Amino acid sequence: MNSVLNWISANQQMIYIVILMIFIGIEVIGRVPSVLHTPLMSGANAIHGVVIIGAIIVMGKAESDNYLALVLGFLAVILGTLNVVGGFVVTDRMLEMFKKKKPPKSP
Amino acid sequence: MELNILTVCYLIGSVTFILGLKMLSNPATARRGNLIAAAGMTIAITGTIFLYKDDTGNKLHNYAWIFGGILIGGIIGTLAAKKVKMTAMPEMVSMFNGMGGACAALISIVEFSHIGNNVVPGSHKLLLPEGGQGIILIILLGVIIGSISFAGSMIAWGKLNGKVKDFSFKGQHLFNIAILLVILGLATYLIGWTPANATIIFFLVFALSLLYGIFFVFPIGGADMPVVISLLNSFTGVAAACGGFLYNNKVMLTGGILVGAAGTLLTILMCKAMNRSLTNVLIGSFGGGAKAGPLGKKEQGSYKEISISDAAVVMSYAHKVFIVPGYGLAVAQAQHACHELEKLLEEKGVEVKYAIHPVAGRMPGHMNVLLAEADVSYEKLLEMEQANEEFPGTDVVLILGANDVVNPAAKHDPSSPIYGMPILDVELAKTVIVNKRSMKPGYAGIENELFYRPKTSMLFGDAKKVLQDLIGEIKNL
Repeated sequence: MNSVLNWISANQQMIYIVILMIFIGIEVIGRVPSVLHTPLMSGANAIHGVVIIGAIIVMGKAESDNYLALVLGFLAVILGTLNVVGGFVVTDRMLEMFKKKKPPKSP
Repeated sequence: MELNILTVCYLIGSVTFILGLKMLSNPATARRGNLIAAAGMTIAITGTIFLYKDDTGNKLHNYAWIFGGILIGGIIGTLAAKKVKMTAMPEMVSMFNGMGGACAALISIVEFSHIGNNVVPGSHKLLLPEGGQGIILIILLGVIIGSISFAGSMIAWGKLNGKVKDFSFKGQHLFNIAILLVILGLATYLIGWTPANATIIFFLVFALSLLYGIFFVFPIGGADMPVVISLLNSFTGVAAACGGFLYNNKVMLTGGILVGAAGTLLTILMCKAMNRSLTNVLIGSFGGGAKAGPLGKKEQGSYKEISISDAAVVMSYAHKVFIVPGYGLAVAQAQHACHELEKLLEEKGVEVKYAIHPVAGRMPGHMNVLLAEADVSYEKLLEMEQANEEFPGTDVVLILGANDVVNPAAKHDPSSPIYGMPILDVELAKTVIVNKRSMKPGYAGIENELFYRPKTSMLFGDAKKVLQDLIGEIKNL
C-alpha cells in the first residue's frame, strides 16, 4: 500500500497529465462528422508514432557491445519511423481528396 | 540550456498534437491539422536526437544507427503511403498502427533486458531497479499492449486484403479470456514477487500477448475491421504513453494518452454510426453468428435481371436518379466512370445524387474519399438521413456494389446479425437497379432479400465495365 502511494506521489505530475489528456482527447474530437472518421483515425495513428522518441532513446543509449539493444533498438527506430511518416502521408493523401471539393462549403 | 530547449520542443509537440487532432475533426481544417501535427512531431524528434541527455547527463550516441533507421523507415513509409491504392488505404493504416505497437513492445523488451538479469546475490529475488516495481509495471504494460496491438493489426491487415479468413471455434471467447487471465496472472506475479527467473516469465507474457492479439481479432468479421483498427489504434496510443512514463518524457505521454482517449471515443462513435455497441462488435462475431434466421428464408423466389440497354433507357428517362456506392465500386475502381455517367445523365436533364451510408465500403468516409477523387461535387453526396427523405420522390436507385447497407433485414429481422443497423431505404424509390458481380452475399455473409423484391432488377458484372457499357448505351439513345 505504502509503495503504491509513494509511486503516485513520485509521479504525480505525470498522473495529472494523463488525466487531463484523457479529457482533452475526448473533448477535442467530440463533434467529428462521420465523413472524417477514417482520416481522423489515420491522423491519430500517426500521432501515436511518438513512440519513435522512445526508440531513439533506446538506440542512442545502447552500449556498443549490447547487441540485443542495438538490433532491437534499430528495428524499433525503423518501425516507429514507418508509423510516423507513413501515417502522416496516408492521412494527407486522404484529405487531399476532400480538399478539392471543399471551398464552396467553407466561407 | 540544451535541456530547456528540448523541453520547449516537447511543449510545442504536445500542443501541435492537440491542435492537430482538433483541426482534423473539422472538414475545413483537417488537412492543415494533419500538417501541423506532422510539423510538431518533426520538432520533437529532431530535438530528441540532438538535445536529449539521460539522468547522468550523457548525450545519445549511435547516431549512424539512428539516422540509418529513420532513413530506411522514412523511405519505405513514404513509398508505401504514396503508392497505396485508395481501396487499400484502410489496410495501410492498420499496418502502420501495427508498426507503432511493435515499436512500443521492442522498447519494453530492451528496457527489461537491462533489469531482468540483476539478481540480489544469495536470494531468488530480482534486484529492483531505480523506480521500483512501478517501472516493471510500466514495462510490462508496454509490452502487453504493444504486442496485442501489433498482432491484432497484422490480422486486421490480412483480413482487409483477403489474405486471412474469418476464423472462430467453439468457446473461443472463453479461450481468449483464459489467455488474458494468464497474462494478468503472470504479470502480477512478476511485479509482486519479482522472482529471479523474471526473464522467462517476461517472454512468456510477450508470447501470450501476441497470441491474444491474434485470437482477439480472428473471430471478428471483416466488415467490422474499421472499428477494430480504431480500437487497436487507441491501444497503441496507451503503449506509447507507457514509454512516456518510462523515460519521464512528456511529449510521448501527452501524444499517447491523447490518442488513447480520442481513439476510444472514435471507436465508440464508429459503432454508433452502425447503431451497434462495441461489445456487440467484439463479441458478436459477424458472419459466424449468422444463425438459422436468414437461411430459413432462402426460398425467396427468383430475382429478375435487366439488360444494359433497358437500364440505360430507364435511367435516361427518369427525373431523379440516386446512386448508392459500395465496396464493389471501390474494388472495380469505377469512381471515374460513375462520375461520367452522372454528368451524362445531368446533360439529359436527369437529377443525379449520391446516397452515402456512413459505413459503406470498408471504412467510414471511404465512399466520400473515393468519389471526391473522381471530382464528384461535394453537394451531390447526401448522408443517409437526407437520402432517406428524398427516396420517395426518386425514380431510379442504382446500387453499385453495395449490399449490407441496403439490406432490409436490418429493419425487420431480429435474427439477422445486422439487425438494428440503420440502412438506406432504397425501396421507397420507384425502381431499384442493383449492380453486383454475382448473387454472392455481401461482407457480412448474409442473404439480401432486397434482390428478390418485385421492384428490384439485377445488373450483373464488374461495376466499371457495366458503367462504361451504360454510358455507351445512353450516348446512343
